[in-house]
Amino acid sequence: MKKIQLIAISLFAVTMIAFVSSLFVSGFNVSSATINTYLDSKGIKSEILKERLENEVADIDFSNSFSATGKIRSVFFESNAVHEAKVLELETNKEWDNANVERQNIVNGKSTAFAYDLMKPSGIGHVYENKGLWLFLTFGLAIIASLIFILINLKVLGPAGIKNTGIYFENSTSRGWIAWVTFSFLVLFYVGLYFFPSVVINWTYIVDPIKDVFGGGGASQWFLYGVLYCTAMTIMGIRMIVKYRHNKYQIVRTISVVFFQVVFAFLLVEILPMFGLPGVDLKNAWPLDYDFLFDWNVTNLLDSGHFGKFVFVWGILLSAVIIPVMVYFFGKRWYCSWVCGCGGLAETLGDPYRQHSDKTVKAWKFERYIIHFVLLFAIFMTIWTGYTSYQQVYFPDMEYNDKVTLLGISSDTIRSWYGFLIGSIFSGVIGTGFYPIFGNRVWCRFGCPLAAYMGLVQRFKSRFRITTNGGQCISCGNCSTYCEQGIDVRAYAQKGQNIIRSSCVGCGVCAAVCPRGVLKLENGPEIKRISSDNPIVLGNDAFTLNSEILKN
Amino acid sequence: MQEHIVIIGNGISGVTCARHIRKRSDKKITIISGETKHFFSRTALMYIYMGHMKFEHTKPYEDHFWKKNRIDLVHDYVEDIEYTSKSLKLKSGQKMTYDKLVLAVGSKPNKFGWPGQDLPGVQGLYSYQDLELLEKNTHPYGTSKENQKVKRAVIVGGGLIGVELAEMLVTRNISVTFLVRENKFWGNVLPKGEGELVKRHILEHHIDLKLESELDEIHAGEDGRVSHITTKKGEKIECEVVGLTAGVSPNVDFLKEGELALQRGISINQYFETNQQDVYAIGDCAQFDEPVAGRRNMEQVWYTGRIMGETLAATICGEKTKYNPGHWFNSAKFFDIEYQTYGWVFANNREGEKSFYWEHENGKMCMHFVYEEATGKFLGLNTFGIRMRHEVINDHLNNERNVDYVIAHLADANFDPEFYTLYEPQIVDAFNSQTEFNVALKKKSWKRILRLSK
Repeated sequence: MKKIQLIAISLFAVTMIAFVSSLFVSGFNVSSATINTYLDSKGIKSEILKERLENEVADIDFSNSFSATGKIRSVFFESNAVHEAKVLELETNKEWDNANVERQNIVNGKSTAFAYDLMKPSGIGHVYENKGLWLFLTFGLAIIASLIFILINLKVLGPAGIKNTGIYFENSTSRGWIAWVTFSFLVLFYVGLYFFPSVVINWTYIVDPIKDVFGGGGASQWFLYGVLYCTAMTIMGIRMIVKYRHNKYQIVRTISVVFFQVVFAFLLVEILPMFGLPGVDLKNAWPLDYDFLFDWNVTNLLDSGHFGKFVFVWGILLSAVIIPVMVYFFGKRWYCSWVCGCGGLAETLGDPYRQHSDKTVKAWKFERYIIHFVLLFAIFMTIWTGYTSYQQVYFPDMEYNDKVTLLGISSDTIRSWYGFLIGSIFSGVIGTGFYPIFGNRVWCRFGCPLAAYMGLVQRFKSRFRITTNGGQCISCGNCSTYCEQGIDVRAYAQKGQNIIRSSCVGCGVCAAVCPRGVLKLENGPEIKRISSDNPIVLGNDAFTLNSEILKN
Repeated sequence: MQEHIVIIGNGISGVTCARHIRKRSDKKITIISGETKHFFSRTALMYIYMGHMKFEHTKPYEDHFWKKNRIDLVHDYVEDIEYTSKSLKLKSGQKMTYDKLVLAVGSKPNKFGWPGQDLPGVQGLYSYQDLELLEKNTHPYGTSKENQKVKRAVIVGGGLIGVELAEMLVTRNISVTFLVRENKFWGNVLPKGEGELVKRHILEHHIDLKLESELDEIHAGEDGRVSHITTKKGEKIECEVVGLTAGVSPNVDFLKEGELALQRGISINQYFETNQQDVYAIGDCAQFDEPVAGRRNMEQVWYTGRIMGETLAATICGEKTKYNPGHWFNSAKFFDIEYQTYGWVFANNREGEKSFYWEHENGKMCMHFVYEEATGKFLGLNTFGIRMRHEVINDHLNNERNVDYVIAHLADANFDPEFYTLYEPQIVDAFNSQTEFNVALKKKSWKRILRLSK
């Protein structure tokens, strides 16, 4: 059995190598027709850019995406530089009109997106020509290998129960070299996905056959991300269910979170546009969904008929009413560990790393500063972008600058900084990339503004608590160790206090790993929820209960 | 000058005592321990060996806690105590005086004079040093079959530590033979049904459980290490490690020379006072001259250690308080099956006691209720595989509820995670058909659970 698992792991490693090498083994050849069509469609006028692309890029074989990206970007930058120099020269000569004409030759936008658009239709070589084969070699075999490994665990791990054996000995789960390799891979993956999409085009080819099911048109890097995300969550969700097959809370919760990811965040988003409707993730709530009030989203929704208007109203209702009401009744867990995509990935793919969260008081202090800072940042940004959207909807003819500027600050600036720092770096690169080293909830604990918002409700007005069972705690530390949110659960449990921390996402693992049945997640009356008026630990009749001195 | 309280031993008793003295006073507090510098949870040693946690995770307080709370830690062994001059001599040669001394020195694994009991490879499991020794005596986690240092271990004594040790060794792929003197597992504590249940589960984990087997002798091989054992029945079992887990006894050898009154443990009255002025003893090492009604004179359990520490702190701080533990409770885990007990359930019912036992068809869950036959008064329960709410059961015991009341209100008491299948209807049906009672299951009520109304 163990041997088969070893083979499965090796096979999985091979598929990962195949996945990475696909970026290198298959190249690009951008035809001059592609270049001309694209430049025309974008209204790009620069003759220099056109000529240099014709000479240095068109119909030339590039062996991989890196060389093609490098070439296109350098042509892009150099062409822009030439034009910018000319503009400057004309301005110095006070030839304003000519300068304005020349300025139009400068291409706006990101060089990486430019390269992506040219390269996506221009693949050559093995991956591009054998998408189905590569889909099988990477996703297909990886799924098979993982499932074999996971299902064999049903036998290998023995009777159902808590099986954390070896977590602090195994290289991959105790910050050994495998963890560091995984960490590097994830970080590089996010950097590529967010900032250098043209580099990962071969990966998008691999999922093109899946995109064809949803109307085709070629997979974008976001489609690739969606497929990867759903695959990882489903497979690791199955692992979670196998691991916790004795625990119905974990089973139900895992099925729920995978369902919401696959159906709401992926399938609906892909299927709705096939019917001419906006592809929106209906469970994504502001302020996690930070672009909800961006002008392009608002106008897009308002222009998309009844469904679009419904989505707009639904979005407001979700954040303003449904979320606080649900948090009141069930705690923020109903979202964070039952519905949310970020939480879902953390609970499935990230489960093997949950023990790495920092439990010190210091980390808790840091957490409270930074997560509430992000919430304020999100609110601040939303006010600005909301103002812009309002102007855009009601005064479409207004000068652009007036629409984006409020109190002298441009909403464009704020939102691009937010998108870069919080949307990409924090939630992606750090949030998921850091799983193997800092634990699976780095984003949820330190960065998610929605978590901060729900945390405030949970802390001050909710029926949810983790009840501590009288005096049964033996201070062993399993609960704290396996709390992905870095809550020192034991600190409360050994004092006989209930846990009502704002950061608790209600994953239920503390209660699962407790060897003495001390913890229970439950929703109950608000009265006596905070148990500082209870006996400190049950079992000592030498003191009257509620004795003042024992409260601390 | 603040009074100087010196506590020997940084286990749960000593540390709880120190914490509560600090809560109540500004006295100078020193804790001396040779075992580890910082307090850790002894019950979690097994999880370190199994790789669930590292040592640092078993420390209930961060290292800065002690300084912040002005509790001085001395990492050393006490060699000698002079009660008349109220002074201590430490192994390092350092001397220290005390105004009040708390002995919370714990216990050590029992050794019953078996031949070979001190051979290399033979050990108990109690202290951090025992864990280190076990690491040395066995091979690292993940060692391949052919490179294993230990193929088989023999564990002697069927109690809680024994089953923990078995679980630990199995994670290193070591075959385990478990010698139990009685004819059922943990026979002096568990009734028959529970003993059988645990036995089945131990066998399910491929432990070679030998009931009614007694260790006769431990033999050494050519290298001087343990090579095999023989049982009283003459059976020979090859093994590289022997775990002695036949209970523990007070760790009082270093106190034998002095004037302190000892029996098996340190003699104390109900205020934890020894025969020496201003010297107290709590926890595993203490032995009550007169036990609290219904309880043993030595209680070597985490919870009682904690209660003793808490109580003694009051006395030391001027509020003289008797040891007055509430209703007995305890818990443990046998591999994958959790166990809790509340009130008194003895291995065999005492005079006038009656039992109701329910077991799930999967054989891994059971509940055992004991009550007075004449009055129906609920006396205690064992529960395996189903968690109970301590407060609710404690309340039943406090209010001297009858067993039918307890069973009718089982839903209040259930503490399993949400979505778990609830077996209360089954249990109630079984109760009604096995006894003359006829109860209807009450729906869970938060009002009753939180005692919001009487």
